[in-house]
Amino acid sequence: MELYLYIALFAPLVGSLYASLFGGSPKSQHVGIVASGLLFTSFVSSALLLSYVMGGHTVHVELMTWMETGDLYIPFGFVVDQVSVVMMMVVTIVSTVVHIYSIGYMDHDKGFNRFFSWLSAFVFSMMVLVMSDNFAGLFIGWEGVGLCSWGLIGFWYQKESATWAANEAFIMNRIADLGMLIGIFLIYWNTGSLQYDVVFSEIGNLPLVVTTWIGIFLFIGAMGKSAQFPLHTWLADAMEGPTPVSALIHAATMVTAGVYLVVRANPIYDLIPNVGIFIASLGAFVALFAASMALVNRDMKRIIAYSTLSQLGYMFVAAGLGAYWVALFHLMAHAFFKALLFLGAGNVMHAMHDELDPFKMGGLRKVMKGTFIMMTLASVALAGIYPFAGFFSKDLILEVGFVEHHYVIYTVLLLTAGLTAFYSFRLVALIFHGEERYKLFGIHPHEAYKFMLVAMSPLLLLAIIAGSFKMTYYQLVTSLLPDTQYHVHGEMTYWIMTIGTQLFVIAAIVFAYKKYSNWNSVPDGSSKLENSFGYKLLSNQYYIPKFYEEVFSKPYLELSRIAWKQFDLKIVDATVDSIANAIYKTGENTRDIQNGNLSTMLRWMVIGLVVLVSLALAFTVGYNAVGA
Amino acid sequence: MEITLTHYLVLSTILFAIGLIGVMRRKNLLMLFFATEILLNATNIAFAAISYYIGDLSGQMFAFFIIAIAASEVAIGLGLLIVWYKRTGKIDLDQMNSMRG
Repeated sequence: MELYLYIALFAPLVGSLYASLFGGSPKSQHVGIVASGLLFTSFVSSALLLSYVMGGHTVHVELMTWMETGDLYIPFGFVVDQVSVVMMMVVTIVSTVVHIYSIGYMDHDKGFNRFFSWLSAFVFSMMVLVMSDNFAGLFIGWEGVGLCSWGLIGFWYQKESATWAANEAFIMNRIADLGMLIGIFLIYWNTGSLQYDVVFSEIGNLPLVVTTWIGIFLFIGAMGKSAQFPLHTWLADAMEGPTPVSALIHAATMVTAGVYLVVRANPIYDLIPNVGIFIASLGAFVALFAASMALVNRDMKRIIAYSTLSQLGYMFVAAGLGAYWVALFHLMAHAFFKALLFLGAGNVMHAMHDELDPFKMGGLRKVMKGTFIMMTLASVALAGIYPFAGFFSKDLILEVGFVEHHYVIYTVLLLTAGLTAFYSFRLVALIFHGEERYKLFGIHPHEAYKFMLVAMSPLLLLAIIAGSFKMTYYQLVTSLLPDTQYHVHGEMTYWIMTIGTQLFVIAAIVFAYKKYSNWNSVPDGSSKLENSFGYKLLSNQYYIPKFYEEVFSKPYLELSRIAWKQFDLKIVDATVDSIANAIYKTGENTRDIQNGNLSTMLRWMVIGLVVLVSLALAFTVGYNAVGA
Repeated sequence: MEITLTHYLVLSTILFAIGLIGVMRRKNLLMLFFATEILLNATNIAFAAISYYIGDLSGQMFAFFIIAIAASEVAIGLGLLIVWYKRTGKIDLDQMNSMRG
């Protein structure tokens, strides 16, 4: 089984290195095929590991020693247990699909090979993150994921906005990573180890206040990676990257790392329910906050990005309330339909020549039947309609909120569920129904390559049936995670809740369809709604990016400018320059010595002799004076 | 007046000074050789005198070595000088500046 573990882990790395060999050369189809093939190998190995783990075993290997100094011992250890194997499956399935899809999507791109190199490297980092058996390895994967996302968001580096977004994502993540790093230091400081099993067995003996700080700092790290408020702005801007990247990173894998961390560190969070309540409240807030921004946005990918943000909020609610297995389940289900939604959006973008405004589309269902079906079903799953995947995972989170008596959180999540359904179907209605507004812009849409649709179909299947794995999944992961069952008291309440939620969601869908499926004009910002305060607030993302710009970026820029002009130029540069100038001048002035005239040289020799003799004399006299 | 060590050393110093000035001022290569010979012999006098004064023969041996070396040096130097003279017709130091940096 160890062999499969290594294959699952290193196949993406091999793919990345292979692709990077051809990084500088023009597009070569084999790079995409090899990288996808290796990813598929990784997926098969993960599946074999899954079946092995389902038999009740876990695999734990130590590849080699990484650091050994004094008491510090950190190995490159990897573990495949019930939690990591679930993550491995999610990562490898989605990334295999995305790799194959990208062969079609990046078909005409100059950076085809470079793209695959980054993409596979990203998957490798993610695998390190989920498979590591200690916090140090997790952190390496964590940073690797951040780095690769930087490369992928800024993939079209000739676009100013893309590089800006890449830097924003990277810097935001760095800020959070500092918190994470402090958390890891605290763990090492107090338990003397970074291995999960040691840490989790020791954590109960620590003073509560220490545990609380560890929990808080680790969660700060998770907030950055999972784009929770107030570090959320990067996620929507990250949509500058190619769409498969959005599907892979900003829906299925990277952003879920934060949730994974909280789930993985569940023995820590179990001890500090207060932090858990905070996490859950923040999650609920983000769920509503992000959903509200998605309501009015006019950028297809951003709408989906906000919905990701909102769903991450759901996951944190579950994780915060101690329902770790529910969080992980929603993570899994969400990964499938969100990736599908993004890939569908990629098809639409290609068809519309990179147009992102759904108001400029309309009626695309006639030309893009496959994409239409897939996106609609993905949206149904996202909205949480029975029997799609979203129903099982999302309803469960609502139930958790209800059973744990957090009725405010429950209400917020319920409201968000309605909003989710509304904005998802607003998008679907605007893109695929109504008048063909794109004709105004002279665009001739076409369906994507057939193999891209075929590649997407496993995701479609999973988005539909993932809910039926619930019991198998539950039995699998609860051998590692707390196996709290969440049952609403009373049959009656349960049915009222479930049916009520369903009706509410369906009503939201119907409302969205009614309002947007017959849309016939492109809004130009003059209508009454668009000028209302609420609309402006939402479409400007609550002015938070602007606020960050004014409060952090601009003063920082000013500070940097002062440091540059006053400190760097006038002190540091001046010092260095003056040293260089002094040496240069000395050389300039003394080059006359070397004029090739033997007579001059002899004179210098004599001067040297005189100097040496007088030095010798001076030392002798001085020595004698001291000696006497 | 008895001739003491001091007299020898003064003579040696004067000769050394003459030699140094010659090394610095002379532009003729031949004269430069003379000047170096004076320098070497100034030290020879000092060696021999001090050796006699402290009753140790090593100083006089050193003087012999220096004479031998001076002889070979002049032999090589004059050889080169003749070659140079044959090629350029001059032995002026100021015109030997092919090593200019």
